[in-house]
Amino acid sequence: MLTRTITSIPFLAGLVLAVQFAGTGQAIAADEPFAATARNYDTYCTQCHGINRNGRGINSRDMSVQPRDHSDAKGMGGIPDSELFRVIKEGGLAVNKSVLMPAWGNVMNDTEIREMVAYLRHVCKCGTDN
Amino acid sequence: MRLHLAVALSLGLLAAPSWADGGANLLISQCASCHALEKPQDASLDRLWKRGGPDLYFAGSKFNKPWLVQWLQNPVRIRSAGELYRKHVKGSGQEDVIDETTLTPHVRLAKAEAEAAADALMALSGPAGLVEKNAFKGEKVSTAMGAMFFGKLRGCGACHMAKPGSGGASGPELYTAGERLQADYLYSYIKNPQKFDPRIWMPTLNLAEPDLQRLTAYILQLSAKEGK
Repeated sequence: MLTRTITSIPFLAGLVLAVQFAGTGQAIAADEPFAATARNYDTYCTQCHGINRNGRGINSRDMSVQPRDHSDAKGMGGIPDSELFRVIKEGGLAVNKSVLMPAWGNVMNDTEIREMVAYLRHVCKCGTDN
Repeated sequence: MRLHLAVALSLGLLAAPSWADGGANLLISQCASCHALEKPQDASLDRLWKRGGPDLYFAGSKFNKPWLVQWLQNPVRIRSAGELYRKHVKGSGQEDVIDETTLTPHVRLAKAEAEAAADALMALSGPAGLVEKNAFKGEKVSTAMGAMFFGKLRGCGACHMAKPGSGGASGPELYTAGERLQADYLYSYIKNPQKFDPRIWMPTLNLAEPDLQRLTAYILQLSAKEGK
């Protein structure tokens, strides 16, 4: 009896997951043609930088150094692409910034990081001042 | 246990086989729809978004069995924002918040089922070398030194809680890690999370060997009781 009951649970769970997965596509669709990079951002960056890319991620409450607001055109405009690339790949310490920004070079390859830099320009609606 | 069978069962296409032993049968019927019981062929990020929970194909090299038996009977959330966190977070006027409506309770087992499932999980050791045997040397570290390393020097607290209610929500709580996890797993995972999954959202910290030992020791020493 237990077996018959529980075999239906995974099926229902699968349906719930499918609905949840579909629901996460909204932000990505808005970021076309950066869909793959927006997915990377959603996976690795939003935990600190926020689902609205405003530096208010789920982890930010207790962080001693607040994550950068990627929607801030003025703040982001002062950072050259080369520094954005390096801080993503090697982490905050590599550019004399916070250790709370980890190195993502073992997760994203150089092409993906370059695309992330371009995506950040798309998010901040800014170029670089440098 | 074969993957195609697990998938068929997870889709509700088959009844659980009467020939299967209790623990393996439980894993197939209750766990396989959300957790990988064999190493996935698909190493993509999409798989991580679609899966319902952490992979279990190396559970026997990861968990402490007594903890498994207890937790399966009383499954409390280990990752406060769920897994994967991004699917369970919503915006607010200030910091993002956990959307509790998207989180569902974990299956709860009776004692005999929990013991059988734990036995079956402990038999899933994973690929040879995934967890480095005897890598942790068993050193102790002072709480003050460990806390400084965990927090200020390495930033682990950004994503993990070293005591209840304080720290990040996207990663698993670590004040229960000493009860939950085997030392060599903890060492191996911190050393290279992408060895376990190339797209996982835990970054590699590139720690030197002494620091790996120190951090592993500190996390193993944490406990919810002392952390309050």
